[in-house]
Amino acid sequence: MSMLEIKDLEVYYGVIKAIKGVSFSVEEGEVIALIGANGAGKTTILHTITGLLTPASGSVLFNGNDITKTSAHKIVRMGMAHVPEGRRVFANLSVLQNLKLGAYTRTDRAEIEKNLDMVFSRFPRLKERQNQISGTLSGGEQQMLAMGRALMSNPRILLMDEPSMGLSPIFVNEIFDIINAVKADGTTVLLVEQNAKKALSIADRGYVLETGNIVLTGKADELLNNEDIKKAYLGE
Amino acid sequence: MSFISYLINGISLGSVYAIIALGYTMVYGIAKMLNFAHGDIIMVGSYVIFCLMSGTGMSPLVSVILSIVCCTALGITVEAIAYRPLRGAASPLAVLITAIGVSYFLQNTALLIFGANTKQFTSVIKMEPIQLFSGQVTVTGETLVTIVCCLIIMIVLLTFINKTKAGQAMLAVSEDQGAAKLMGINVNGTISLTFAIGSGLAAIAGMLLCSSYPSLTPYTGSMPGIKAFVAAVFGGIGSIPGAFVGGIILGIIEIMSKAYISSQLSDAIVFMVLIIVLLVKPTGLMGKKIQEKV
Repeated sequence: MSMLEIKDLEVYYGVIKAIKGVSFSVEEGEVIALIGANGAGKTTILHTITGLLTPASGSVLFNGNDITKTSAHKIVRMGMAHVPEGRRVFANLSVLQNLKLGAYTRTDRAEIEKNLDMVFSRFPRLKERQNQISGTLSGGEQQMLAMGRALMSNPRILLMDEPSMGLSPIFVNEIFDIINAVKADGTTVLLVEQNAKKALSIADRGYVLETGNIVLTGKADELLNNEDIKKAYLGE
Repeated sequence: MSFISYLINGISLGSVYAIIALGYTMVYGIAKMLNFAHGDIIMVGSYVIFCLMSGTGMSPLVSVILSIVCCTALGITVEAIAYRPLRGAASPLAVLITAIGVSYFLQNTALLIFGANTKQFTSVIKMEPIQLFSGQVTVTGETLVTIVCCLIIMIVLLTFINKTKAGQAMLAVSEDQGAAKLMGINVNGTISLTFAIGSGLAAIAGMLLCSSYPSLTPYTGSMPGIKAFVAAVFGGIGSIPGAFVGGIILGIIEIMSKAYISSQLSDAIVFMVLIIVLLVKPTGLMGKKIQEKV
């Protein structure tokens, strides 16, 4: 049984069909890269998986449970965390408040504290700035906060939407190092990226999305060496 | 000496405005809507107390508690029936107009049940007046209880928001409903809770208002409701300390205008001050907007 299985997903925005029958799966412990250009439907797929959007047809199975119509806040409790596009940290709240909200679904204080220490050791900068108002952090720091906040729910699968967007190369490398570390801890990752080269370099498998359809799939290193991919996404 | 007694009365009236404004500002901050029916919840709460006390002879304390329960339930029901289906409507005007509709509905229902005649509200506060400055200033029990109530509510509310999980969830929902859902927060539940708290506060405001100004009609809540809305905007809508400060200042301005300028012009002066504040500081006294970095 796959950890996450998406079957024949169709999603509309009004009359516009944004996702035209997409199927894919994520196995436990994998890092999956979902790559594609702007407007291909990557974010829409993530939003549909986590329940922010409802599909017109198709289904989403998480550990064998049908969560297609489950509301977003209940899906979080099942062990799925989503780092949204553009970080969406709570800008008027402090770093620590943001992180604690990440653990909203949990009740065991001792476990939450342990998790907080883990996040702080992974993101030392967040520890230094824990009382700072999040809106005043730099873009890269906000991305770290968004990731730390998602990890506070102790997820079994982490969905990440464009974590490298708008960041300086140093921060991009740092973010991808952390994704690697998260994977090493045994957390499954579904990564949506425009930075195809970076994404495929850390992924196990990849799916290529074009205007609402999956056009190519394969092992990440195969995709990295695929001539069409090189031309279209890697700029070689 | 009369200045001090005006000031105390102003703070007392302002406290009522502040309690109502807290409801306005919380609902606006969290559900992003102006609940123009908020003032009429005050009226409903006052009628509940009136009926229980003069109709069944219940004790003031029990009547007030039941009134809070009724208003809380009413607030949750109104939100679920009238506002929730319109969340995500194409135009934010839809829910605004609905709120005005709910306001008329509540007023006319009261008119139907109780008629247009003014009912004499018996004060629920049984406290002897206090003499200050060797008898030169008299502070009524109502005035004192109103101010103390407002302070307690303010402290409890701020503690609730800053120290509890539900309070933090409210802050999260007020900033970004989508991101709040991704934290596992039940957004609908949080908005219901906000309406519950706001309406419960409205019941308390009604009790305090009608104890000080004991005439009750179906339109009792409407003018204080509008004034409290002004207070909320004045202080910076969405800000809880802003509603408090805005309410108190508004109350003082109103009483001072009545005392020293003209009682007919007092409302005009109140609105003029609002316009000036908004011209100078469009976000209100304590409204803030942090520039988000991208």
